[in-house]
Amino acid sequence: MAKITLKDLSHSYLKTQSSDADWAVRNVNIDWNDGGAYALLGPSGCGKTTLLNIISGLINPTKGDILFDDKMVSNLNPVERNIAQIFQFPVIYDTMTVYDNLAFPLRNRKIEEEKIKSKVHEIADMLELSSTLNNRASGLTADGKQKISLGRGLVRSDVNAIMFDEPLTVIDPHLKWILRSKLKELHQKINRTMIYVTHDQTEALTFADQVVVMHEGQIVQTGTPVDLFEKPKHTFVGYFIGSPGMNLLPCELKGGEVILNGKKIETHKKVKSNSFKKTEVGVRPEFINFSSDGIPVKVLSVSNTGRHKIVDTQSESGKIKMIAKPNEDIPSGTAFLNFKKEYTYAYGDDWIIE
Amino acid sequence: MNKTINQKAWFFVIPVFVLVAFNAIIPLMTVVNYAFQETFGNNVFMWEGTRWFKQIMLSERFHASLGRQFLFTFIILFIQIPLGIGIALTMPKEGIGVPICLVLMSMPLLIPWNVVGAMWNIFALPDIGFLGHSLNALGFDYNFTQQIGDAWFTTILMDVWHWTSLVVLLSYAGLQSIQPAYYQAAEIDGASRWAVFTKIELPKMKKVLTIAILLRFMDSFMIYTEPFVLTGGGPGNATAFLSIDLVKMALGQFDLGPAAAMSLIYFFIVLLVCWVFYTLMMRNEGNQ
Repeated sequence: MAKITLKDLSHSYLKTQSSDADWAVRNVNIDWNDGGAYALLGPSGCGKTTLLNIISGLINPTKGDILFDDKMVSNLNPVERNIAQIFQFPVIYDTMTVYDNLAFPLRNRKIEEEKIKSKVHEIADMLELSSTLNNRASGLTADGKQKISLGRGLVRSDVNAIMFDEPLTVIDPHLKWILRSKLKELHQKINRTMIYVTHDQTEALTFADQVVVMHEGQIVQTGTPVDLFEKPKHTFVGYFIGSPGMNLLPCELKGGEVILNGKKIETHKKVKSNSFKKTEVGVRPEFINFSSDGIPVKVLSVSNTGRHKIVDTQSESGKIKMIAKPNEDIPSGTAFLNFKKEYTYAYGDDWIIE
Repeated sequence: MNKTINQKAWFFVIPVFVLVAFNAIIPLMTVVNYAFQETFGNNVFMWEGTRWFKQIMLSERFHASLGRQFLFTFIILFIQIPLGIGIALTMPKEGIGVPICLVLMSMPLLIPWNVVGAMWNIFALPDIGFLGHSLNALGFDYNFTQQIGDAWFTTILMDVWHWTSLVVLLSYAGLQSIQPAYYQAAEIDGASRWAVFTKIELPKMKKVLTIAILLRFMDSFMIYTEPFVLTGGGPGNATAFLSIDLVKMALGQFDLGPAAAMSLIYFFIVLLVCWVFYTLMMRNEGNQ
């Protein structure tokens, strides 16, 4: 029901901060549009959960503001912010029945029993919990319990956003897929902003319209799954997303040209020369092919996944992985590689140079 | 299922069997032996059947000490369990305060029983003890050696001082094991502090509290040393709980038969109460 804006947000769990590493989350600026399905993707310890808890109001940020529809909410508690959050481990109230669990958030808000009843039944139908409404919640399986956690978020029809903190961690693999499509379906049905925290790229890419990638407390890129794949703005996005990840090779920048081991490489744009500590050229294995002329490499090994072949090669500047078609002939010994110009990027100090 | 026959395995069982025999079965059977017979020493025994049991069950003295015992146990449980939970809830959850609180809480538990009794005896003496003297100075007519109410008050206060820490430590352990996500979810669900306590904390503490209540029941029901040193069971028989009465009967009057019968009845009461309580508390645990 609201657009959520984070402005110059930083948070640290320490009292004093001396370096970037002391911040759990730093300099975050982002808008979450109303009704969007977002995934917050990053490795463990990158600050995803901290960011989520800041939005819901469980943590007060060290610096920066949180706005819901341009209204400051930084000082409001979770109830006032009207947020639903689902945690990594299913949180249920052991002594209550499934019905009472679902009714709990509404009862705390002093809503009439009649309204609670219809709302609980509606949500229970949606989540296929109707048959267990009168059972004790503690007797359910992990996925049933996680559905209750989700249901407690959904019963409040006016929530500003629903946030998921790696909600499928304790769910069996075959049920993960079912629950994930259930969530996607729910999003289309109720049209609420959903923010889904995960370290699993498949989960993020299948659930979300917009994926926000975090790395060491910073947001490194926000975009559709296709954006993240085709044009990673940070080397981290390059190798975290995709399997295998992006090839990154140390290179030199001279007069707007990218020079890899003495050889000029064409990239999607001319680069402005700048002073960087570290410069790299990046290209995904999908955008490399064999040619008669290009970067000389030695073919090390070929592994066939069925859908395609992954070829490991060794160049003067380091190892390069490339993906070939399953029926393609792989030259043995020395070969030459060609990078697709429009998908080859130069990175300075890990950020894309444009 | 195919069982492997291996008679050597008995050798592994024997040490435990010997140990249990000497520290439990043989002494208990000796008591059983005395409970059904009359003896005048020199290993001469005469069969008495259930006479001692009937005598004890019908004795007013036993009824009185059993009544005092239940009253005492209920009072101290009623004070120590809520008080222990309350203190555990107010203890810090992290930081330097944690070890300080834990050490302070453990102190009373480390003091030997008879030292506790002696400490409180001196502490409560109406003329020179800090507690007794202060109470009298404040205008209360306090004398635990002569007034029944004061004797009970002092005994209960001593037990609360000595054992509440145990409930605190167990409750604290139970509270610490609750995942932060439960509190966060409750915050988001808009739960009041009272709802957090009744819907999350108490149910999560159920197992440790069951243990705490069982331990406190058993220990207080069998209490001997502290009241013996503090009041010696007096004034009169006012604080003569079951163990004190039993020792008087067995060693004071040398009524070995009735004392043995009383020991067995005593033992079965403890066993029965513990079993009923534990079964009731754990009956819904199976489906979790």
